[in-house]
Order: sequence, then C-alpha cells, then structure tokens
Amino acid sequence: MLTLHCPYCGVAADETDLHAGGQAHLKREGPDASDDAFEDYLFMRENPKGVHFERWRHVYGCGKWFYAARCTATLEVFGTYPAQTTEPPQDIRDKITAKRPGWAWGAFK
Amino acid sequence: MKPPAAGCRFHAGAYVVKCKERDADSILLALHRVQIGCERVTDQTGNRGPMKRYSAFAIAREALRQHTGWGRAWAARTPRRKYDVVIVGAGGHGLATAYYLGRNFGITNVAILEKGWLGGGNTGRNTTIIRSNYLQDPSAAIYEKSRSLYETMSQDLNYNVMFSPRGVIMLAQTQAEVRGYKRTAHANALQGVTTEWIGPDRVKELCPIMNIDGPRYPVLGGLYQARGGTARHDAVAWGYARACSDMGMDVIQQCEVTGVRQTGGKVVGVTTTKGDIDCDKLGLVVAGHSGVLAQMAGFRLPIESVALQALVSEPIKPCMDIVVMANTVHGYMSQSDKGEMVIGGGTDGYNNYTQRGSFHHIEETVRALVETFPMISRLKMLRQWGGIVDVTGDRSPILSKTPVDGVFVNCGWGTGGFKAIPGSGWAMAELMAKGQSPLTDEFSMFRFREGKFIDESVAAGVAH
Repeated sequence: MLTLHCPYCGVAADETDLHAGGQAHLKREGPDASDDAFEDYLFMRENPKGVHFERWRHVYGCGKWFYAARCTATLEVFGTYPAQTTEPPQDIRDKITAKRPGWAWGAFK
Repeated sequence: MKPPAAGCRFHAGAYVVKCKERDADSILLALHRVQIGCERVTDQTGNRGPMKRYSAFAIAREALRQHTGWGRAWAARTPRRKYDVVIVGAGGHGLATAYYLGRNFGITNVAILEKGWLGGGNTGRNTTIIRSNYLQDPSAAIYEKSRSLYETMSQDLNYNVMFSPRGVIMLAQTQAEVRGYKRTAHANALQGVTTEWIGPDRVKELCPIMNIDGPRYPVLGGLYQARGGTARHDAVAWGYARACSDMGMDVIQQCEVTGVRQTGGKVVGVTTTKGDIDCDKLGLVVAGHSGVLAQMAGFRLPIESVALQALVSEPIKPCMDIVVMANTVHGYMSQSDKGEMVIGGGTDGYNNYTQRGSFHHIEETVRALVETFPMISRLKMLRQWGGIVDVTGDRSPILSKTPVDGVFVNCGWGTGGFKAIPGSGWAMAELMAKGQSPLTDEFSMFRFREGKFIDESVAAGVAH
C-alpha cells in the first residue's frame, strides 16, 4: 500500500486515509487566456512514466491538501511538501535529481 | 516431431466442455469450427506456405500422422526497412486495426510492433466482458459494431475465440441507478441495441446465486443485454495475429519503439530497439503507454494512466451462466469455462505504470460482491493481476488524427477496451485508410477543446 508522509500533521498516512487529487502545479487560466492555454489547463495532463507531482488530501486525518513527488514506474515516493507553493521546493528537486538524474516534468527540472 | 502447443490442447478441451451445454445442432456446428494446434504458414527458410484452415478434417488428418503437420500460427519476422503502415502495439486493438486494414482496404504492407509479447498487455489482463449497452449514440454505435463482429469472429478468423453470448446484467442497486438504466434501455431501443430493463425477480431467475435482498444495496432490477457475454481474450489476439500474418503482414515482438521520426510535421518512421523503420502512416495503439508514445511524437493527450486489477477464484462447478456487473459497489463477476469466478473492480485513484494491484482494492471489491453473492464468501482466490488503463476526461476513447501528419492514435479505452476490439480495429482501419470514418468522427482528440464530450462517466454507462 502506498504510504505518504503528511507534511502538516506529521503522520505516515496509508493510501486508504488519503484522497488522490490529480496533477499538481496546474497553471490556472483566466478569461483572457487563449483557447490552447485553456484546453491545456482543463484537460491536458502530465502522464509521465517516472517522476510525477501530485495533489493529495489527508482526508481521514487533518483534512488538508498537500503535494507529493512520486515515481509512477516504481511507486517510490521522493517526498511530500505543503500546498502553499507554486513549484516544487529545491530540497525535493535535489532528492529527485540524486535518484533520477536528468529528470524533467512540465516546466520543472 | 513437434508436439502441439499446450495452450491449444486446453483450447479444444474447454470447447468440448462448452459444447455439452448445447443442443445437437449447435454441437454439429461447433465441430465444423473446432480447431487445435497451429497451422504451418512458413517453411524452414521462413517462406510463406499455403494457407491451412483449421477444421475437423485437419484434426483427423493430423491425428493420422502423429500431429507432425502443425506449424506456427504466425511467422516470426525481422523488420524490413519500410512499410506503408506501422502499427505500434500488438494487443487486440492494434492487431484488429491491422487486420481490417488488410481485409477491408487491401493494405497489407503493414508491420505491427510489440515491445513485449503478443497480447501481453491489457488484452491478456481483462475480465473479457462484451456488451454494448451504452447511453451516448457514438458509443453505442462503435460498441454495437464491435459486439456484432464478435458474433462471427471465430468464423471470420477461422480461429475459435470462444465467444459466449451468455448475457450481461448491470444491476441497479440505488434509485438513481434504476432511473439511469431505464433511460439507457430507452436510448438503446432508439439506437437499435437490444437491451431491456428487468425487475428483481427476473434478475434472480437469471442468476439464482444472487441475494437480491441485501441489507445495504438490495437489487432493484437491472439492465439486461441478452447478446452480451464473454470471449477468450488471448484467442482474440492470437486469431488476429494469425490472420494478419497470413495476409503477409509482419508481427514483430520484443521490438520497442523508442522514437518517432518526422520531417516538416509529417511522420517518416520510427526508431526501435530493432533499428529504424520507415513508414507513410503510423498508428499508436498502446493503451496505458499512449502518453509516453505521444510525448515521443511531440504532442500531449488528455489521458492519465492508472492501474486496474482483477482476480480469479479457485475453479468450482458451474453456478453462474451470465455476467453480472454491480457498478454502485464497484464489482463485476462471471464464471470462466474453467470454472473460476472472474472478478473485477475499480481503478486506483492515482497515476501508475506498475501493472500490479493492491490488497485494499481487492478487499473493497470482494466485500461488495460478498453481500450480493453470499456463496463466494468462502471461496479461495487463486491469483490477481493488474493492467495499466488509459483514462480520458469523459471516459470515452480517442480514435483520431493527431497534430503530426500521418500519425493516428487509438487509445483512451480506459476500463472497457476488450469489448471494443473488433469495432475499434474496424473504425481505426477506416480512419487510417481513408482519413475519415463515421464511427470515429465523434472520438477526435480535439473534442475536449470544443466541449463535445461523449460523457459516459456521468451517464454511468461504464464501471470505474
């Protein structure tokens, strides 16, 4: 079972205590956005076989949303971090780089 | 002396078991269709030999000469430098696309590339359910085409795919489902798909092992499609591969595509682990790995890949001659010809490429089914497996041209791909050969930006 560390309440939460919320770091588009940008925001999703960033909610715990960096090919978890950010923090990126040199995800490297 | 393949012995054995349930006419008909072993399509030097049909006569002939005449069902080939069409993915959908390209449009200079083994992905990992009781018109059209092609597939391919139109019931266990399925039954009547709404008594009559008075989710009725059923999934892939090989196409296994080459926005070929292969048209039919292939070709798809798992019990005596789906509680069950109860459930909620399941999903699925089928509570489960399904935003597939000229994509079948194999191949072949198909018009990858969803997820036409 997938286990993620909740960055708010500090517990190791099982998959059954969590709710998966899909791709993290979506760039939200406003009314003046182009059709392409809006299609991307609404429907296109990163679907990598490897490093992936996701939103999760500790639904049967503190109830808060957080982010997780995970490998979709091995289910390895690189780390979790609070949701009050628009991009992955440097320490998480360094951890991923140590294990998956040369990784890239969307606009992040 | 070459013995016949072990799988084929089982094949014939299972067919005989099936025949016992039928009347004399059906058995006579079945004897015409039955086949075992494999035919010889290549000689020692790899050249193609004359077509040999499987038949009762062929069995008798081979019996007289110690079964020395059976050859390989399809030829093992090394890739040539150039093909008219390259299909990536030798699962059911890829092979069916190639087959109908040849049969319906005479395009036989085709290679089908497979990174693993033939039918080793979702084609060999599903619960083999075939139905076409969808709500939306475009879905009903392609799934009904598919179901009707399954009816004659064994004869068309001269390969026994064990299609068993045993009937499918989708249980209504909430008032919302009752309304939803009645609506679907009316929609199906208008679409020319034969389904009917049946009450709980009829459900019990069709499936006596069911407890219809469950305390939490009583059975309030069901949507019944009498011509739905199951088929042997491996045989579908093998039958198509044999037919493709016989038309002169190259089925190339253990050949992984590592890049898509293009010039000026048009595809010119692929790079693979067995070298570069040029092509005029490229079909990507790779289910869970569609996103990976699309990335190689330089475009994105509105798809996420998640794990879906299934499990089978120990074999028991025949107790259930129908397929039952319970979408509210996320479980579906049928009994295979070997006697195993085949059970499927919902998908994992997060992106995953590992092709394995998880115990808590098994628990969830089995817990739900035990209430409706109390007799399975003491069954031992034999094995469990996972496949990677490609899910779109509206839970409907994508059969479409792409931003790259000459590249076509067939994906997004999500949790319901097996039932669609022949219809999907038929439609995809037409799309690739003519650039347009009435069956695929609505399934464009550009439908999302136009807001033209084929929304089967809200319609509860599929289990997720």
